[in-house]
Amino acid sequence: MSMINYASREINCKLVYYGPGLGGKTTNLEHVFSKIAPTAKGKMISLATETERTLFFDFLPVDLGTIRGFKTRFHLYTVPGQVYYNASRKLILKGVDGVAFVADSQIERMEANIESMQNLYSNLAEHGYDLTQIPFVIQYNKRDLPNAAPIQELQAAINPGWPVEDVTRQRLTPDPLHEGEFLIEQVDGHWVERAPYFESVATSGDGVFDTLKALSKLVIKTLG
Amino acid sequence: MTGQDRTGASSWSFREEDSRRITSILNEFLQVSRARTALIVDRNGQMIATVGEQTAFDPLAFASLTAADFSANDQLARLIGEPEFGSLFHQGEKDSMYLADIARRVILVVLFDNQTTLGLVKLRVKSAVGSLNHVFIEMQAREEAGANRVESGFVGDAEDEIDRLFGE
Repeated sequence: MSMINYASREINCKLVYYGPGLGGKTTNLEHVFSKIAPTAKGKMISLATETERTLFFDFLPVDLGTIRGFKTRFHLYTVPGQVYYNASRKLILKGVDGVAFVADSQIERMEANIESMQNLYSNLAEHGYDLTQIPFVIQYNKRDLPNAAPIQELQAAINPGWPVEDVTRQRLTPDPLHEGEFLIEQVDGHWVERAPYFESVATSGDGVFDTLKALSKLVIKTLG
Repeated sequence: MTGQDRTGASSWSFREEDSRRITSILNEFLQVSRARTALIVDRNGQMIATVGEQTAFDPLAFASLTAADFSANDQLARLIGEPEFGSLFHQGEKDSMYLADIARRVILVVLFDNQTTLGLVKLRVKSAVGSLNHVFIEMQAREEAGANRVESGFVGDAEDEIDRLFGE
């Protein structure tokens, strides 16, 4: 729910990093905060517990500058990943324009990833949003760990695709980032679409900006 | 995105005439209540308007925390069986804040010090809230009637800027 303020000539878009606890959502924001030009970033706010677990949210505003007369800004939020913070997680999704799901690649966290994805879907539905219709990307984080599951396995479990009902979109669509893979394809006679995905090591910053870049472009496209 | 978008999310816009009406309501309120500053923050955490004395804090941080504060209290209200808390009050040593819901869409935040009292602020805010409700309900009806779009060329320029800024 981007807001266009014609009085102050501003456009603000809300991007939310979602995913299981300790998956690297806050680390993504910290990396963006540490690398982005000081003139483009605002104050980063973290509402965290004493042990640095996100309690409510992290918030980082990023200025894209003035485009066609409009000061354009992304508000980046993370949600608390721990299961029992669902009330706060749901609040942060209010008015969301785009979601980056940060999955933990470790094989032991497969169940937690799936549970968090289902939770995202149902929390969005409670706000009246449909995950398959809003800008949405997936980031497979912690690719450097020895117990990281293979990408194919993660894709099958977390990003199996959703049915494409609109016949005009039922076209084989290559994934520009992964050769030989498709964002829209036929599986067992049915057209399915998957979210674009990225591999990352958020602690070193690998893949962090690729994810943000892709999501923010998807969100900007919805304004046109 | 438009109000009719399949996502269920609706974008909304804020025009100059809206800004003028809101500024005039808030200026009048500040005069009669002797409060320092009145701000309008949307429920998603975006600052919409500031009237009165300039503030020294970061407006973006302030807006995101205000929205979170209000939303969290909304949930607390439901837990105790209330549909909502229509207003909140945070008392400081010198400066205090009074927050009120407007049309379930935005939050009016009043900052005041010992030049006035909570009683006077609460008394005077009622009429301001009534007028603001009216303005925002009208804006809402307008959004539902028509789509908001940026001018052509905006998307391409924004994408170039995203590449530059997030390119590392």
